[in-house]
Amino acid sequence: MTPIELRRKTLFTLLGWAVALLLSFPLLWMVLTSFKSEAAAIARVPHLFFHPTLESFRVVQEQSNYLRFAWNSIVVSLGSTLLALLFAIPSAYTMAFSPTRRTRGTLLWMLSTKMMPSVGVLVPIYLIFRDTGLLDTRTGLLVVDAVGNLPIVIWMLYTFFKEVPREVLEAGRMDGAGPVREIYNLLLPLSLPGIVSTSLLATILAWNEAFWSLTLTAAKAAPLTAFIASFSSPQGLFYAKLSAASTMAIAPILVLGWVSQRQLVRGLTFGAVK
Amino acid sequence: MATIELRQIRKSFGESEILRGIDLTIRDQELTVFVGPSGCGKSTLLRLIAGLEDSTAGDLLLDGQRINHVNPARRGLALVFQTYALYPHMSVADNMSFNLKLAGVPKEERERKVAEAARILNLEALLQRKPKELSGGQRQRVAIGRAIVRNPKVFLFDEPLSNLDASLRVRMRVELTRLHRQLRATTIYVTHDQVEAMTMADRIVVLQAGSVEQIGTPMELYRQPKNIFVAGFIGSPRMNFLSATLQQNTSSGTMIAFPDGATLHVPLISKSAQAGEKVTLGLRPEHAYLAENSVLAAKVQTVEHLGPESYLHLLSRYGEAMTVRVNGETTTKVDADISVGFDPGSLHLFDKSGLAFESPSMLTTGTGVSN
Ligand SMILES: Nc1ncnc2c1ncn2[C@@H]1O[C@H](COP(=O)(O)OP(=O)(O)O)[C@@H](O)[C@H]1O
Ligand SMILES: [Mg+2]
Repeated sequence: MTPIELRRKTLFTLLGWAVALLLSFPLLWMVLTSFKSEAAAIARVPHLFFHPTLESFRVVQEQSNYLRFAWNSIVVSLGSTLLALLFAIPSAYTMAFSPTRRTRGTLLWMLSTKMMPSVGVLVPIYLIFRDTGLLDTRTGLLVVDAVGNLPIVIWMLYTFFKEVPREVLEAGRMDGAGPVREIYNLLLPLSLPGIVSTSLLATILAWNEAFWSLTLTAAKAAPLTAFIASFSSPQGLFYAKLSAASTMAIAPILVLGWVSQRQLVRGLTFGAVK
Repeated sequence: MATIELRQIRKSFGESEILRGIDLTIRDQELTVFVGPSGCGKSTLLRLIAGLEDSTAGDLLLDGQRINHVNPARRGLALVFQTYALYPHMSVADNMSFNLKLAGVPKEERERKVAEAARILNLEALLQRKPKELSGGQRQRVAIGRAIVRNPKVFLFDEPLSNLDASLRVRMRVELTRLHRQLRATTIYVTHDQVEAMTMADRIVVLQAGSVEQIGTPMELYRQPKNIFVAGFIGSPRMNFLSATLQQNTSSGTMIAFPDGATLHVPLISKSAQAGEKVTLGLRPEHAYLAENSVLAAKVQTVEHLGPESYLHLLSRYGEAMTVRVNGETTTKVDADISVGFDPGSLHLFDKSGLAFESPSMLTTGTGVSN
């Protein structure tokens, strides 16, 4: 390595760390705060050294049943991901391997629906949910999250499927595989990394989804996003408890993200990185 | 036992017509080669026969049954892809038995058939490997094995050797020919390489721009190309083409004139060509030799020594490039002035639309080979 290359590399490494630190600082601060006492949390001059306490976590767990919210979150995010995959895999398969003149346009149109603010369809969805008895049910929230993630899931699967050589599927067709076998025995195993990263992203998006969970669920089906929200208004001034609740809400998904970093990066770059 | 018949097969992708009315019969047990420059529609035609593409018009018959809309798997054909298209996540054995598995063949029978194919193709030691652990030639053999295991009515090959290096290609060519003799199955083999076509085919179909140019045995195409395209495509090095003018039609042939007025009597006739028309004289490099004195004077540009033979690349007196095959020990030097000799019987002549003149005896006796 020449000195110039070395200097460039050092510079980029430093820059990378600086950006990462900047981006994750609020998160770091929140986790630190959750271990402080309320008094230390609101101190004008932040205490760098403090006696860590689990007091806030204890209070939060006492005031509301964390596990019930967490269970709702798990069911809704995993369920919505499965449901989205169920619809997205056949659609992406069709668009990747039997494209028509309108395929490109359809893909763009699907993605464009994500640019519409959710509140734009709040009233119709609310009315539909009320009339079908889906208000405050995990099933209802699961369906809405699945539908909301569908464009992104289809789009990602489409780009991953595009990387599978079509001859391999055609060889399967010559061997007597119908569409279902073609997908199940050939396409899915061959694009497994892509499907895994797509599922991860969809799970994370559903886990963090707040708008619909706040508007469509109440006591029974509320997931962790609603759990945090319940601490923000009545106790908005109790920073330590709010931080503890938030930390508890995001911990599972953070762990999931951490163990699957590689897959996630691959997924987020939409297959551009091999 | 299988014959395939194509009647006025057409195929368009959107606006562009890729196959323009193909009439063709693939005879039982023969190895038929589709040859033509790349992009002429060979793969499309093969995929259409396989059932991976639908024809826009025309009939496709297998043993007399119309199969245009029959599912690819039910046609009983096996296709070997140019890219091999092995299932990357399956072992060699699973690759070969996937079809049987889908068809519900019992395990013992599957294993027996795979073992049999592996023996024929010398793959026994590789059965548990994944495709990525194989060399190009081995992958090729697995792809062929996958086809053999199915015991298809017809084998279809799409440029199966084009991804192999030159020496392996020659070896596989011999092996495939041997395999065909052994299995005696009807086979269609697609290639852009006329050497493969000449060496392997029972019958060659020359395609260009979505149309059949000529059908015949390798030697028929070599001896009596129907037009200038086939003449130039079959044979290596390529046939020499010299432009001339038709001076006079005679009963025994045609008198042509070169640009400087020198004339030559060619023992070939055409029913349609008129005096004064531009014609093209064809002479294969291997039918030319160095002569003392002939109408074809030329200057040597380069000499290629191949060992057993040499090629002289010439610039004729009329400014056209020519190639002549000579003895491997030739002492002819660059810039030498030479004269090209030939036997008039080996000449070819093409009219202004590229159609070949015919031998007068063939026209009168009617024994000409035609399709
Ligand atoms: N699916 C397709 N869509 C549009 N054009 C195609 C398609 N497949 C082939 N073509 C076109 O058809 C022509 C013939 O292709 P192909 O049959 O692959 O030629 P060959 O195998 O002789 O090289 C090419 O010009 C190619 O671009
Ligand atoms: Mg091709």
